[in-house]
Amino acid sequence: MKSHINARNVIVALVALGLALLPAYSALTGNIFILTLFTRIVIFALAAASLNLIMGYGGMMSFGHAAYLGIGGYAVGILAYEGIGSGFIQWPVALAVSALYALVIGALSLRTRGVYFIMITLAFAQMAYYIASGLSRYGGDDGLTIYKRSNFGGLIDMSNRVQFYYLCLACLFGGVYLIWRMINSRFGMVVQGVRSNEQRMQAIGFHANRYRLVCFVISGTICGLAGALLANNTDFISPATMYWTRSGELMVMVVFGGMGSLFGPVIGTIVFLLLEELLSQFTEYWALIMGPLLLLIVLFARGGIMGLLGRLSRG
Amino acid sequence: MLVLIEQSLNGLQFGLLLFLLAAGLTLVFGIMDFVNLAHGSLYMMGAYFAATFVAWTNSFVLGILLALGATLLLGIALEFIALRHLYGRDHLDQVLATFGLILFFNDAVRLIWGPAGLSLPLPAWLTVPVQIVPGVFYPAYRLSIIVVALAVAALLYIVVMRTRIGMLIRAGASNREMIGALGINIKLLFTLVFGLGAALAGLAGLMQAPILTVQIGMGENILILAFVIIVIGGIGSIRGAFMAAIFVGMIDTLGRAFLPDLLRTVLSSAAASTAAPALSSMLIYLLMAIVLVVRPEGLFPAAKR
Repeated sequence: MKSHINARNVIVALVALGLALLPAYSALTGNIFILTLFTRIVIFALAAASLNLIMGYGGMMSFGHAAYLGIGGYAVGILAYEGIGSGFIQWPVALAVSALYALVIGALSLRTRGVYFIMITLAFAQMAYYIASGLSRYGGDDGLTIYKRSNFGGLIDMSNRVQFYYLCLACLFGGVYLIWRMINSRFGMVVQGVRSNEQRMQAIGFHANRYRLVCFVISGTICGLAGALLANNTDFISPATMYWTRSGELMVMVVFGGMGSLFGPVIGTIVFLLLEELLSQFTEYWALIMGPLLLLIVLFARGGIMGLLGRLSRG
Repeated sequence: MLVLIEQSLNGLQFGLLLFLLAAGLTLVFGIMDFVNLAHGSLYMMGAYFAATFVAWTNSFVLGILLALGATLLLGIALEFIALRHLYGRDHLDQVLATFGLILFFNDAVRLIWGPAGLSLPLPAWLTVPVQIVPGVFYPAYRLSIIVVALAVAALLYIVVMRTRIGMLIRAGASNREMIGALGINIKLLFTLVFGLGAALAGLAGLMQAPILTVQIGMGENILILAFVIIVIGGIGSIRGAFMAAIFVGMIDTLGRAFLPDLLRTVLSSAAASTAAPALSSMLIYLLMAIVLVVRPEGLFPAAKR
């Protein structure tokens, strides 16, 4: 039997443990900044994990994933603005609208493959961006301030930093667990089968596009949850949340960590956002370094960090 | 009626600009099988170069020619240093690498020219209105864009369809290995095609510059429109790109101009003024959705390889 103790799994376990213990570290050292930073990281990690589901396992290169962040966020923001503060309404609505959007966009985009698919998901996300900019009642271009975070009764205090962090972390671990269960189920096997050989799967009798579409919708729904968390975290939602560079960043996080590895996107997000934080402290022009770095990573480090660790642990 | 003529010309002019951008993109994609997100950055660089060189030389024409040359060189340098290593790689790799280039170019421009936009003033002889039909005046500059873009489109057609270089380009598009095996320097050909695409993008950028301001990120939204055009027209097809570009330019411009009034006839004025901007910016995406449903391969797909 293959040993499960290798460099890759040890690092994954350490990262998960580190994320779980972070509030304790923050409390001990009095460093509140690191907790805020990691709350953001955990939320984006959830979004990246959801993107990895379709990119890594489904072979669908969506360049419009930030749209769900915006949709989830706007669902929370708009309902709060209209006086519906209960999270028990806001969050299901956020998920449902994300799923619906994914269903429509997916049904159209999945008529195409490859580069077309990349371009079309990008274009539709940009359409969502323009629609949000046109919502003059809800701030238009300037965005919408959320004065009250989602209210979950006495269940959880969203304004408590530590409680909110653990909620985000629970969503992340829950999301990754769900994805893990899914990719190892019959459904996940079919989706991965379609990725490697669509014609063969069709010939066996699977309706390839139907499986793809379901996978696309699930991924969008998970990302909508990340959007609801993000809006609560920043107390603000604006069209900029779904600008297309954000979709690009999500793709970068996935590829940084290792596309098609379960925990890779989480590690990729941590590395990407920490790097961004570090570079922007060092210079205002952080993208001047990040851009070429990205080029180099694409050129020389295939499989991302998890791929690298995998090669190391195979020795 | 006068407004309709004017707006149609605006639509035509915008469509032709989009064509210049989309042609470079589809040429590079068709021949090198390379997706270049940084195409929009070249459009932006063309505009910045033009604003700088026109200010330096105090001559509009000279400045624009210099800017065109500079964008061409930049494109060739970019291809030589970075992008040629990405041919034959996954499209995802290409998208990510060129996404990195966009980040780089945006911050490089911010570093060099500052965060505030530039403006490119027109010379006096281009600002006079021209009478196109009795009683209808149209700005000379916009008219000159139409003329130049049509000339470039015609030139492109002649080069691709009627010259030896064009023959090699088309041969390269249908079978890369074969023309390499026949002794054609394919690397040089690729570099030339990429440079040509860059120059077209730069030309579009610098022609648009006097109408809008020259600013960071100006190439990004228009790049997405160019993607929409390629999808509608059919990837790799220059003819398709031309038709789709005119179509999209017209619909976008006319939609923005007339949709608010049109909606006001059916909706209340308040509802119309909120719905119109969102609807008119959605119009071309709706068009794309319809094309995808009816003909997923685009309206004028290039011949199957």
